[in-house]
Amino acid sequence: MEIFLQQLVNGLVVGSVYALVALGYTMVYGILGLINFAHGDLVMVGAMVALQTMLFLMGAAPGMSPLTMLTLSLAVAIPVCMLLGYTMERLAYRRLRNAPRLAPLITAIGMSFLLQTIAMILWGRNYHTFPQLVSTAPLQPVAGVFVTPIQVTIVVGSALIMAALIVLVTKTKLGRAMRATAENHRVAALMGVDTNLIIALTFVIGAALAAVAGVMYASNYGIAHYGMGFMPGLKAFTAAVLGGIGNLGGAMLGGIVLGLVESFGAGYIEHLTFGFLNSSYQDIFAFIILGLVLIFRPTGLLGERVSDRA
Amino acid sequence: MKRSVVALAVLGLGLSLAHAQETVVRLGSVAPLTGTISHLGKDNENGARLAIEDANAKGVTIDGKKVRFELLGEDDQADPRTGTTVAQRLVDADVKGVIGHLNSGTTIPASRIYNQAGVPMVSPSATNPTLTRQGYPGVFRTIANDVQQGGMLGKFIVGSLGAKTVAIIDDRTAYGQGLADETDKAVKAAGGKVVAREFTTDKATDFNAILTKIRGIKPDAIFFGGMDAQAGPMLRQLKQLGIDAKFVTGDGGCSPEMIKLAGDAISATAYCSMPGLAIDKMPGGPEFRTRYKARFNTDVQIYSPYAYDAATAIIRAMQAADSAEPSKYLPALKKSNFQGIIGTVAFDDKGDIKEGAVTMYQYRNGAWSPL
Repeated sequence: MEIFLQQLVNGLVVGSVYALVALGYTMVYGILGLINFAHGDLVMVGAMVALQTMLFLMGAAPGMSPLTMLTLSLAVAIPVCMLLGYTMERLAYRRLRNAPRLAPLITAIGMSFLLQTIAMILWGRNYHTFPQLVSTAPLQPVAGVFVTPIQVTIVVGSALIMAALIVLVTKTKLGRAMRATAENHRVAALMGVDTNLIIALTFVIGAALAAVAGVMYASNYGIAHYGMGFMPGLKAFTAAVLGGIGNLGGAMLGGIVLGLVESFGAGYIEHLTFGFLNSSYQDIFAFIILGLVLIFRPTGLLGERVSDRA
Repeated sequence: MKRSVVALAVLGLGLSLAHAQETVVRLGSVAPLTGTISHLGKDNENGARLAIEDANAKGVTIDGKKVRFELLGEDDQADPRTGTTVAQRLVDADVKGVIGHLNSGTTIPASRIYNQAGVPMVSPSATNPTLTRQGYPGVFRTIANDVQQGGMLGKFIVGSLGAKTVAIIDDRTAYGQGLADETDKAVKAAGGKVVAREFTTDKATDFNAILTKIRGIKPDAIFFGGMDAQAGPMLRQLKQLGIDAKFVTGDGGCSPEMIKLAGDAISATAYCSMPGLAIDKMPGGPEFRTRYKARFNTDVQIYSPYAYDAATAIIRAMQAADSAEPSKYLPALKKSNFQGIIGTVAFDDKGDIKEGAVTMYQYRNGAWSPL
């Protein structure tokens, strides 16, 4: 039971990060029908920029409180990622908006490599120690379950951000414009919606979420690295498809489900298969699930918002 | 910029005129110079470079001609496919010997190419036993292999740490898996019990799921076969999950980088093994460290003394055979027997170093200190 609960916590933490990243995939897909494969690398950029800021602050103002430092580093990382998201949309995707579906997909993969290479040039190829400003020492265990303050911060932080996003999309004028654009660009434009602006904003919001996810991910594991966005990016994409790509609620659900499946999968696969399979297969669960979902329920758990685009 | 190129060219011309009788012998050095263990790769290359610079400074004469050694450094990115590509490139560049590669996973496939081309290779760091068991006559290593290291680890975990139950994790690379397998055998041979065998990858950062599973089994010790980039974060997660088992890892985690990445999660319950003696206990160690620092303005990571001796072995064999041709100097290389930085350099009939010492280290006062 104790192990079960601990795996539940592990899965929730990792799932919350996947969910935040998955939202970026799903929003862009919802509005453009484009899979932005460079989204995972924004996670990395967010973490690296935050790391750079922290290192600078540690040198410039050694007495600064961890909370201020974290806030300031987020205050730098988020705008940088937002700007990057905007630039990406402007340079790589807008011109291809009416091109065949394959063209922007390939550009997206190109953007992913570009971002990784730039990060490699800027920050080198080594793993960097990421300052752990929120404590990672476990709190008093409850029922044998160890939880650290950073894990609590990640789960609660993600939940709050996701709630805010839902409010934004369902209750505000901007949200209505986003939904209208997702429904049909041309008609929305005829109704007076500046669709170019709305699409750019979607990228920018997704990028902000990626930046936060990156800082969370790096803080939790205490390391950052130019290639760190690749795997979480792929997992988050899977989570988005699992929940029903284009569907905000689906991305959140997909992220959490995926985190849990991975955690329980790695923990129990040996028992379940009587030792035939083992934890070597930890990273494979995401893709097995992706395969199964695509075969049996192509629209994902909660259904695609715009299934005619698939 | 342009002016300096011209100046260099003039200088080069001058030098080549002055040494008209000089022959150039090219040696290759291969290691990952990019990627997550590039710090180790650069360290290897520096070690070989220092040996070559020393030989050039002393002046080596082969077959009556003055010889200048030239190092061709290649990057195999710790990737087996790239490894074979750059191996072929070195062979095409007519190198007379190779120091490398770093990882077992790249060295083993590359060794086939060197063997076909008849180019001898001495790896300073590939420890997988398979390397020297392929029956290739020109394959050597200056480092103790995983059978020697794993044997020591198993004995240490059960004997010295008194651990009865051990959980073993590896990163599924030729190195990590090989070392874990040997340690597994040695733990059992020493009377210990392997209670869990878990796996991760050399790119993973999240080990919570497998560590949670291990926590349920409550082993006395956890052994990890893999590199520092995983060992560091793994230690952090052990602490976050409240696991207090002793943590033991092999030479891949026995670096300053590992300590940096583990942050405050590392304590005196962390141990690592390293083939060979501690640099302070190597006969030429302290002097090497000082000279290395002066030349490259950075600290010795792990394997550069072994790379230095690997290069020296090749150079000395060429001198002994009075030829830089592989077929001629290979017998001399097999018979190598000299005092290197690391101690006596002599190979057994397979090409493994004869006195393959293994040293255990414990984390103390911010560094790995030899036990």
